[in-house]
Amino acid sequence: MSKFIRNFYTSCVYIFLYLPIAVVIIFSFNNAKHSLVWQGFTLKWYAVLFHDTALLQVAWNSLALAILAASIATAIGTLISVSLFRYRFFGKKILHALIFILILTPEIVMAISLLLLYSFLKIPLGFWTLLLAHTALCIPFVAVTIYSRITTLDTAIFEAALDLGANDLTIFHKIILPLLFPAIVSGWLLSFILSLDDVIISYFVSGPTFNILPLKIYSMVRLGVKPEVNALCTLMLLFTLFAVIASYQSIFKKKLK
Amino acid sequence: MNQSIIELIGVSKKFGDYQALHETNISIKNGEFITLLGPSGCGKTTLLRLISGLEKPDSGKIFINGRDVTDLPPEKRHLNMVFQSYALFPHMTVYDNVAFGLRCKKVPENEIKDRVNKVLRMVKLDTLSKRKPNQLSGGQQQRVAIARAVVNEPIVLLLDEPLSALDYNLRKNMQLELKELQRRLGITFIFVTHDQEEALSMSDRLAIMNEGFIEQLGTPKDVYEEPKNLYVAEFIGETNIFKAEISEAYDDKLSVEIGDKRFILNNKKKLSAKQKVHVVIRPEDITVWGENEITPEETKDMLSGTVEQVIYKGSTVDLIIRLSNGKKILASEFFNEDDENLDYHAMEKVWFDWIPGWEVILPYE
Ligand SMILES: Nc1ncnc2c1ncn2[C@@H]1O[C@H](COP(=O)(O)OP(=O)(O)OP(=O)(O)O)[C@@H](O)[C@H]1O
Ligand SMILES: [Mg+2]
Repeated sequence: MSKFIRNFYTSCVYIFLYLPIAVVIIFSFNNAKHSLVWQGFTLKWYAVLFHDTALLQVAWNSLALAILAASIATAIGTLISVSLFRYRFFGKKILHALIFILILTPEIVMAISLLLLYSFLKIPLGFWTLLLAHTALCIPFVAVTIYSRITTLDTAIFEAALDLGANDLTIFHKIILPLLFPAIVSGWLLSFILSLDDVIISYFVSGPTFNILPLKIYSMVRLGVKPEVNALCTLMLLFTLFAVIASYQSIFKKKLK
Repeated sequence: MNQSIIELIGVSKKFGDYQALHETNISIKNGEFITLLGPSGCGKTTLLRLISGLEKPDSGKIFINGRDVTDLPPEKRHLNMVFQSYALFPHMTVYDNVAFGLRCKKVPENEIKDRVNKVLRMVKLDTLSKRKPNQLSGGQQQRVAIARAVVNEPIVLLLDEPLSALDYNLRKNMQLELKELQRRLGITFIFVTHDQEEALSMSDRLAIMNEGFIEQLGTPKDVYEEPKNLYVAEFIGETNIFKAEISEAYDDKLSVEIGDKRFILNNKKKLSAKQKVHVVIRPEDITVWGENEITPEETKDMLSGTVEQVIYKGSTVDLIIRLSNGKKILASEFFNEDDENLDYHAMEKVWFDWIPGWEVILPYE
């Protein structure tokens, strides 16, 4: 009996979590413009999507932004975590704490403060402000991902390398980078996803010259959810899922080795 | 050959408030096999790291080959270290691990190939050169760690408990292999262990360490037969220790009372009457007789007790004898011509003594 209740309870949680997503996916294949009733299978909405050149442009914008932001954030985040781990310097503890605080900071706070900064410096809102904001958003996540991996390494291997005559640069690219590679990849993918679907910060720091996908979708659904949006969301979901699996694999495979 | 390759003068090291190494002087000759022996936390690794340059001393100077290297980084010291945890690079093959040091020194790739292969053959790993460290057994990883160090042709090899993770048989084999390797390379080995048997059997000289001090530095024979103090005596091997006061002292003899018998012993340390001493006697130096093996006349200069336990060890029989004052004595008897069966049994009364002069007399500290 208690087993039944437990199963029932878990099912409810899963239904609550995944039913809305399932609905979006199912309706992206529904052959009807407004109806919430199943009218038969179609790929029409995907076709519409791929013929909407304005939308495709926005999708490319988002993709380019996410790739750039993720790459810059990963490079900076890696350096931060490596130096937190390897070197002693003034303010190290504070920097360490700040990174965790940044992760917990409400996005809206970050959004407003960035907006204030840009208007104070009179930077016109657009691609550059978005890139800067997304990079700032991602850095702490990368740093934490990589730092947690780096602390599992045996510090004696760095001493062994020193003892064998390696300088800091050699240690960095012959030992640290290869060993951290899986964490770097997953940090990058995490940033990529964060940037790809960020609405709050983007809403505040974007301008008319450069639109991105989450904001575009947001403006599309204000007039009611169109089936194309379902299709678009399904594609984004697929994309994200792929990234998560890839990131999981890259960590997992390394652990097996 | 007899010139000292490593010399430490007044070297000390503190971690925070903790004095890990007190001011230490040590001089190591070229080609020696030196062992640092001591309980956990006594500063063995610290001393090794100071020599290697991974740690900077708070005071004192370190000389290698007569050159002051106190302020030089590890890579400029021409020493290599084998770490307690091996510290192999997990993402590199055996070959790349061993080649690492040479690549750092920009040795041409074809020379690297020759040298790495030669060293891998020497440690019998040439067939496993493409494996990653986690595909190797403990003993094989151990040998990679050694190969990775010796391929750089260091003038001194520092080994931090390289055998402690291995099982008994492998350990015995590796001890022989290490000794053989040292003979072949002709370089100085500084070897850390907390296994006294290993230390005694492998070293030319050993340093007994205790709480950041070197208590004694000498050949295994010296340290075993002439321990400098009670700590060394008790740390190395089994001991029987009697507390006594010198009743009379002469130039080369002294007399003490042990268990109401008077013993005339050698006065090597020029001790004087009334001094309190510890008389240290090794179990294997004690000779035991059963009551019926000996005449009352002969027992005049012997101590007596009852056998409490008989421990058969194969080549020896160990006896635990309790004296009338409650003190326990350990005696190891060897099987030989005049004592073929050694059939002692518990509760039997026995007499024992030792050959005068084989005892060690240590004044109270
Ligand atoms: N980096 C450090 N910071 C603080 N204390 C240290 C440090 N390294 C060593 N110590 C302390 O110094 C003392 C000596 O340490 P060391 O590693 O030299 O011992 P050891 O003789 O090698 O012991 P073991 O046999 O357990 O390896 C220990 O009490 C240890 O706690
Ligand atoms: Mg140690």
